[in-house]
Amino acid sequence: MTDDMNLMEMVERYVRGEMDPQEMSYFESLRRADPAIDQLVVEHSMFLRQLNDFGDRKAFKTVLGETHEKLLANGEIRTEQPKVRVLQKYKRVLAMAASIAGLTALAISGLVSYFTPKSSPVEIAQLKKELNAVKISQKQTQNEINTFKNTSPRPATPGKFGGTGFLIDGKGYLVTSAHVVAKADSVYIVNSKGDYFKAKTIHVNDNTDIAVLKITDSRFEPVQKLPYGIRKAKADLGEQIFTLGYPRTEIVYNEGYLSAKTGFNGDTVTYQIAISANPGNSGGPIFNQSGEVIGVLSGKQLTAEGVVFSSQSKNIFKALDSIRHDTTTFTIKMPTHSSVKGIDRVQQIKRIEDCIFNVMSY
Amino acid sequence: MSADQTEKELLKGLAGNDRKASETIYKQHYNMVQALIVNNNGSAEDARDIFQEAMLVLYEKARSGNFELNCQLKTYIYSVCRRLWLKRLQQLQRYSTEIDGIAEVVQVEEDMEKHEARNLEFSVMEKALLSIGEPCKSLLEAYYLQKRNMADIAASFGYTNADNAKNQKYKCLARLKKLFFAQYKNQVA
Repeated sequence: MTDDMNLMEMVERYVRGEMDPQEMSYFESLRRADPAIDQLVVEHSMFLRQLNDFGDRKAFKTVLGETHEKLLANGEIRTEQPKVRVLQKYKRVLAMAASIAGLTALAISGLVSYFTPKSSPVEIAQLKKELNAVKISQKQTQNEINTFKNTSPRPATPGKFGGTGFLIDGKGYLVTSAHVVAKADSVYIVNSKGDYFKAKTIHVNDNTDIAVLKITDSRFEPVQKLPYGIRKAKADLGEQIFTLGYPRTEIVYNEGYLSAKTGFNGDTVTYQIAISANPGNSGGPIFNQSGEVIGVLSGKQLTAEGVVFSSQSKNIFKALDSIRHDTTTFTIKMPTHSSVKGIDRVQQIKRIEDCIFNVMSY
Repeated sequence: MSADQTEKELLKGLAGNDRKASETIYKQHYNMVQALIVNNNGSAEDARDIFQEAMLVLYEKARSGNFELNCQLKTYIYSVCRRLWLKRLQQLQRYSTEIDGIAEVVQVEEDMEKHEARNLEFSVMEKALLSIGEPCKSLLEAYYLQKRNMADIAASFGYTNADNAKNQKYKCLARLKKLFFAQYKNQVA
């Protein structure tokens, strides 16, 4: 073993040209004398070259990724979207087919909703946390002390419910779960540094469990460019996923995988995922490995172990569509491309965590 | 400098890991490739992947030393991307196996074969690195990939001195080599 190691070290120095002439001639005579050693030298230097090239290639790939981002940001290359080709010829037929399909779908969904038994709401625990009375009174005392020390404006009483939210537009638009902000008088969001910002709810959909908030506080500094994108397409079974959320006042990381493309009782607006989630994780983004948001964490099944549900990311697009429909001044620009693709997880989290907030509703 | 000369300089820079060179090539040719992919059933994401793969082909060709470009860089990149995209379309079994495009193409079959063989070798190395476990993986990556020096590594991995770290590194290297060649002889040879 030690002989082998010595030899490996020698080969390495030989390949790198670090030997002095005397050592070199000794080494070369060794090679000539023993074909087995010669064979080893050839093999080892090939292996080292391979390893070296592997490293260079990996570094080059990183450079390519960074270059792409940089050029895109500088506007020196632009993203072109595929053009949709409409089949002029079949327009009428298509329109007719679509209206028939629409009517049928309506009729069937009416029938289905009429006949399905209502699922009992207690079977799914929504992961918002209810803070207990002791904590409340303790915090109230704390708050009173704080108001003397601290001038940063924050709500007078602690929140009734806590959840997680994440930015979809750097200007201050967030997505969270509908049940986190349900029945809330007012909503505050808290960043990882503990600063409070006032926010208002601009859209709620209880079916998909998606809510869109807007930060109204003028102290909020807009984020230039979000590191992640929102995925439009469906996620794949078995994809590795991770989430960041606020089950505590500290940001917490968890990872898992996508276990089914539908949710509770075959619900098609949600996914079933396997991840450890606690009260407070609700509304947290579910990322795939490239850092694209594929869903929004929503709840877990009480009657089964390790079954967590997440609203699908397409529901966010749906929510934006209906906001667009309702208002005339629609300015939300949501990123669809992740700029943290292919980098190390720790680095991904460092870039992402500033865009994840604790949502408190009062 | 003639256009030909400029491209030669760019390739030399690319082979020498000069960031500016790769950025220039990227800037000059990305939009062309994107147009090709987007007009042929692809998305902007696909374009990015294909273009970066083509950059890798170019990078490896430039580094191989005996690279003579007997056409314009633009034509070469276009040809490689066209070939890569055709292959991807076939894998995805999307409709057409024909690509619209009017630009001139050159034969790149030989380079593509080399590139695929190379990809296979690297995937073997990646697998081997993933299966040796920690701390071996980090240790070897720090020394051979990030090219940090031994004293520095010893300090950050908590070895008492550089010699200890060095011994550990050789043990790890021996294991990696064994795993690599076991796979390599199976797959490549």
